Amino acid sequence: MVESHAKETTLALKLRVWRQRRGQPGAFEEHALAAVPTSASFLEMMDMLNEQLIKAGKDTFAFDHDCREGICGMCSMTINGMPHGPIPGVTTCQLHMRNFRDGETITVEPWRARAFPVLKDLAVDRSGFDKVIQSGGFITVRTGSAPEANNIPVPKPIADEAMDAAECIGCGACVASCKNGSAMLFVGAKINHLNILPQGQAERDRRTLAMVKTMDEAGFGNCTNYGECQAHCPKSITLDVIAKLNRDYLRARVKEFFSSTGKPSKGGD
Amino acid sequence: MSASSCSSCCQPSSIGKKVVMALTGLILAGFVLGHMSGNLLMFKGAPAINEYAKWLHDHAGLLWAARVVLILSVIAHIWVGIQLTLENRAARAGGPADEATRRATVASRTMPYSGVVILAFVVFHLLHYTFRTVALDGAVYGDDVYKMVVAGFSCRSVSIFYIISMLLLCLHLSHGVSSVFQTLGLRNERWRSRLDFVALAYGWIIALGFISIPLAVLTGCLK
Repeated sequence: MVESHAKETTLALKLRVWRQRRGQPGAFEEHALAAVPTSASFLEMMDMLNEQLIKAGKDTFAFDHDCREGICGMCSMTINGMPHGPIPGVTTCQLHMRNFRDGETITVEPWRARAFPVLKDLAVDRSGFDKVIQSGGFITVRTGSAPEANNIPVPKPIADEAMDAAECIGCGACVASCKNGSAMLFVGAKINHLNILPQGQAERDRRTLAMVKTMDEAGFGNCTNYGECQAHCPKSITLDVIAKLNRDYLRARVKEFFSSTGKPSKGGD
Repeated sequence: MSASSCSSCCQPSSIGKKVVMALTGLILAGFVLGHMSGNLLMFKGAPAINEYAKWLHDHAGLLWAARVVLILSVIAHIWVGIQLTLENRAARAGGPADEATRRATVASRTMPYSGVVILAFVVFHLLHYTFRTVALDGAVYGDDVYKMVVAGFSCRSVSIFYIISMLLLCLHLSHGVSSVFQTLGLRNERWRSRLDFVALAYGWIIALGFISIPLAVLTGCLK
């Protein structure tokens, strides 16, 4: 692949792109796109397609994007059946056209999951993730002046582990790649990020129970340990976060079950 | 118990359902190991297996305690398994038109199917050797378990069904046993491949142990 990186060429592509209006059934539309530079990102290729559609007086394809440098989690798109496309560990915006062949047919679909309804074309509603975060993805701190950063010492291995989990950009590729539409990798990453830090201890059990409950209510599926999420995560977050989520959840449930009411039982004394 | 924890018992969370699958699966996986070990007494001769069967029936209390636990585990495993399968299909909303699989194993993707065949097998197996109402030509074997098993496996199609079912059990266990560790939170990337290997080895040990008996009957090693 070194040669193709060194030498920029152009590609002629056949694109099958999903067209859908909110609440209506969708279908694929086929478009030919010529002279796509191999150095273009996938989103730049989609920009070229939209420019071509505008010039022809047609409706453009809606798709989510923001930072275009792989850190915001806005871009989505299932490319040839793979969320974020064929290269592991990158977002759609960091996927370059040099990874495709001249004359290739590329299928572009939105994230497919009940919890992510299509808003338009390739853009889906990911507010299910927001609800999960709102239910427990925070710590309670005194607001106002910023606290001294080193007030609470965090051991280096804990900080590293929390940072690994915090790499999750909340894009939703885990849900889109999961054959059950499960959000366990996302929820596991968010819970691990906070549950292992000293700052996250006060709300640890409440957070875990609340986020899992919200996840279930948002219509995501159940994890059956396929491992597709890890294989498609643009940040390569591992199933470790799911194992630890399961462990923390069980621990929280057991503690909740045997929690003290603070009163003697009737006839107990 | 508070109202919230009561309703959460009646409507378990997604993780709660997985724990039910893991714990009942663990009981059933333990049972097949015990059952398979007992079956291997066939190779020690008719008196050994017949005495073992008699010993089991002489301890009716123990036998029924085990049966009750197994029946409850089977019911819970199937009930929650159906719930999970239906919920997961609905949550997937059809999936992409162009489906790609990077990592999910065949075993993991076929759990409901291997499970259904194993259930059909269990029903047949109970009718065959426990209730003795099918595929034994109405012969009465009484306490002679050895003779009954040899007669039962002398029928080629029955033996083949047993062998295929046990290979599917191996497939089911290879995903199920490794999932137990993940669901109970006792797994990480360092241990993942080792635990997957343990699960696969466990599946093969169970399957080959069970298969050895119909195979021995078919090849004339057990008469």
